[in-house]
Parts: sequence; structure tokens; C-alpha cells
Amino acid sequence: MKDAFLRNKWAVAALWALGALYACALFADFLAPYSFKDEARGLSYCPPTAIHIIHEGRLRSPFVYGMKLTFNEYRQRIYVTDRAKVYPVKFFSSRLFLVDAPGRLYLLGADSRGRDVFSRIIYGARVSLTIGLIGVLISFALGLLVGGIAGYYGGRIDNVLMRLCEVLMMAPGFYLLLALRAAVPDNFNSVQVYFAIVIILSVIGWAGLARVVRGMCLSLRERDYVLAAKTFGLSDVQIIIRHILPHTVAYSIAAVMLSIPGYILGESALSLIGLGIQDPYASWGNMLSDAMSIVRIKFAPWILWPAFFIFISVVCFNVIGDALRDALDPMLKREANV
Amino acid sequence: MLLELKNIQKTFADRAGGQVRAVDGVSLSVTAGESCALVGESGCGKTTLARIVMGLVRPDAGEMLFEGQPVWGDRQRERYFRRMARMVFQDPFASLDPRYTVRSILEEALHLEPKCSAEACSSKMKSVLTAVGLSGEILSRYPHEFSGGERQRIAIGRALMTGPKLLVLDEAVSSLDVIIQKEVLDCLVALQKDRGLTYIFITHNIKAAHRIAHKIAVMRSGKIVEWGTIGA
Repeated sequence: MKDAFLRNKWAVAALWALGALYACALFADFLAPYSFKDEARGLSYCPPTAIHIIHEGRLRSPFVYGMKLTFNEYRQRIYVTDRAKVYPVKFFSSRLFLVDAPGRLYLLGADSRGRDVFSRIIYGARVSLTIGLIGVLISFALGLLVGGIAGYYGGRIDNVLMRLCEVLMMAPGFYLLLALRAAVPDNFNSVQVYFAIVIILSVIGWAGLARVVRGMCLSLRERDYVLAAKTFGLSDVQIIIRHILPHTVAYSIAAVMLSIPGYILGESALSLIGLGIQDPYASWGNMLSDAMSIVRIKFAPWILWPAFFIFISVVCFNVIGDALRDALDPMLKREANV
Repeated sequence: MLLELKNIQKTFADRAGGQVRAVDGVSLSVTAGESCALVGESGCGKTTLARIVMGLVRPDAGEMLFEGQPVWGDRQRERYFRRMARMVFQDPFASLDPRYTVRSILEEALHLEPKCSAEACSSKMKSVLTAVGLSGEILSRYPHEFSGGERQRIAIGRALMTGPKLLVLDEAVSSLDVIIQKEVLDCLVALQKDRGLTYIFITHNIKAAHRIAHKIAVMRSGKIVEWGTIGA
């Protein structure tokens, strides 16, 4: 199983990429040159700063030039490099790299308030990448529990629980999301909002899983090898551990991986329209709310960088999920090879 | 009498809210060392009866005696019965869990047996596999590496692990092609001769029943409608 997964080069690459993103989120305080709320109003939408190594024809350690805001003949804001001011890049001081004030190092440009987009992406990863994990945990616990009960007992309980799932699945997800968000008090602080969003997303997400788990339990408990194990005197718990769970694991793990992107996108969507994580706290979604105007995208395209990271992480989770599903399904794989 | 069934009844509720009498007052007795074939069309209650015998389905009414004593209700006797009565299922692709090696599959059958050393277990497995006409070297392989006939032999071997007295064969050869069917039937006949096994052989194939059985009971709509011994 492990080998089958590791043979999939894309999946391994995706695993590394995700690992790197999560590491960034974990070590944000060190990797990000600025805090997520570190503003420089005079440098609104400052473009990415170039890092130079040659100053007046002479090689020296990496540095950046100062930036100055001016206006061109059309009264548009433009930034010019001020070659008189040189700010050397300092590595491994309190942060991985930074320059002394008043110099600013914008690796991926600045947003409307002159905050560093790169730093905010790293801090935003904390929200955007964990919301999926926590959300999936909650909805999985719910889905496995409800699906397991429905599948195991069948009959009326099954009927009631499955109709409930169908009602949830019938409602258009995004509007349900909005309705639930509207039901949450608006005086929550950022941590409370974060958990409110997680819970809202998981309440929407568990129904699909419950249905599948229920179907699997229904069919698995009638398998001949389960019956055989019963006649050998194995207890229910032993049978579940040996013969039922291993067969749902393939689906469950793949489904976990494949459903995480839904949470990332759900949080982004909520934050994008201003109902999720609030400024000044960063999430990839609320950073993109800055990019809702075509004019801003035209003059400061770098504010779209969070979308790139959303894209990368969603693709990675999907690739890993697919690879896991293939690797964990020995029958599918091996018999297909015969 | 090895096994006696007295007036076994089982009713299932169907989807329309009605009731289906799967087994309707079946009485049957099987002496040690004989094969009793249960034949009948699909849906006549043969499999339900087999599952009732194996304790997979609780009958609504009736009594079952094994070696003259009731089986269910007493823990000690239940454990004994579970070791002495084993079932072989119809579909050898479904009755062996694809995730486990032949070794673990056979080991599982020893669940209620007293613990034995790894070597004793291995030699027991090998002797069982040899008895069903397989090599003892296949222990580390997975079920999907075998053909249907071979899998069914593994399933029979698994049933023999505890040295049982009674085998319930539920359509055990029905899913195999004719030649393999004959081989497996021959193997079953030989095993019966060697080990003094008692078979309840469930089938819809009268010819197969004729090959193996001493007694034939014909079931229809949950009842035994005909009953006879096969003349020599």
C-alpha cells in the first residue's frame, strides 16, 4: 500500500508541497518578515521589491533600494526606486530575513494598507490550511457515527437518519453556508469566528459521508467473510476491526483528503465576501476580497497571490486523495493488472 | 444423531410490509458420518436454514440439538459447537477477506481453539492444505492470487482447521465450472471418508447432490416436501 502510494510521483510531489505549506504555517513567526497587521500606509499597493546584489557597479551582500511614491503624468500612483537609500537584507536575525525600517521588503508586493502580501499569505495559511483539517475531523466523526448507526441497525433509524442527510444535501451548499453564518452573532472575536466557520462547514459536510459509510456498513456486514468470522466465534468488535473498518478505510481516507479542499474553498468564499475571518487577521480568502475590483487587479496583480496558494493546496489534497484511494484498494489495483 | 432440527421457523418482513416465511416448520436429523443434501429452487429457504444451523440467524421458533443437547444458551456448548460445526460459503471470491494472507485466514478459524505455538499452527495449516489438495507453500499468498476452485479449497481447508464434525456446505460448488466442481466434490467425498465428517450439502443441483449425499431432502417455500435416502 505504501509502495503503491510512493510509486505515484505526483502524489509524492503533492505531499512535499503540502508539507512545505504546513511547515510555513507552523513557523510563520519566523518565516514571515512582517506581522500580518504590520501596516505601511505610505506604501499602499507597492509592487514586489527586487533584491539586488550589485550597487554602483560593485558586488555586495543582498540589499533592497528604498521605494518612493510619485504620480505619473496621468496622476496615477507609481513607485520609483530610490537608489540613494540602500537597506541590506539581514538573515537569521529575529526573522528569517528582513530589512531595517524604514526600508520595506515586499517579496510578493503590498496590499492596500502597505502590508506585506508574502507575510500575510504565510499567516493566512494558518487559518486556511487548518480549517480544512479541523472541519474534516468534526464532519467525519459525525458522518462515521451517523452512517455507522444507520447502516448497522437499518430499518426505521436508517430511514430517519438518511432522510435528514438528504435534506441537508438538497439545500444548495453556499446559501446554506450564508444562512448559517447569518445565524452566528456578529460580535464574535476572530477565534470565535474561526470556530464558528469550522462548525458551519462541518455541519454541511457530514451528510454525504454518512450516506456512503452507511451503504458500506450495510453491504459489509452481509459479506461472506464477515459471516464466516461470526461462525468462528469472533465478537462484533473483533469483526468490525478485522473485516469492516479495513474495508472502509480506503474510502474514508480518500474521502477525507478529497473533502478538505471543500473546506478551504468554503472558508475562502465566506471570507471573500467579508463574512469569514475579519481584517486585520489574514486568511487566503479575505486577502482576496481586496482583489474584487478589476482596477486593483490591473494595477496590483500581486494581490491575487493567495488564489495561487488556494489553488496549489486544493490540487495537492485532490492528488493525494486520488493516489490514496488507488493505493488502498488492492482488489481494484491488482486485479486490474492481471 | 449428530444434529437434530425440530420444527424450525423463521419469518422475515418484506419491503411491502408483508411477511415471508423463509423456513416454515422444518424438522431434520442428520447422523454422524452421513451427508444430507438439501435441494430446492432459489428462495426456498435452504440458505436461511443453513444460517440458522450456524447461528447466524435466530429462528423464531424451534429447537436445535447437537449430539443430543441444545446448542444455544449455554456459553460452553456454544463454543464447542462453533468449533465442531463449520460452514463453507457459495462464493469463494466473497468468503475470503481479500486483505489477509492465507495464513491469517486460516489462523482466524482457530479463534476459539486453545493457543498453539507458531510451528504447531503452521504444520496444522499445511496438513489441512494438503488434505484439500493444495501445496503447503501458499500460506503467505493472498486470495486474489488463486482461481475459484483453489479458493474454494482454501475455504474448505479453513473449515477443517478445528477438526470439526459437521460441515454446512452452502452451494459450495455451484459457482465453479463443471470440471472443477467434480474435483471439489471428489475432494469432499475423500475428506468425508478420511475424517468421518458429516455434511449438510445445500444445492440446487440434483446431480451434485446425488454424487455426495446419502439422504436428500427437497425444500419448497420453507418446507421439506420430500425426503429420501439414496440407494446404493
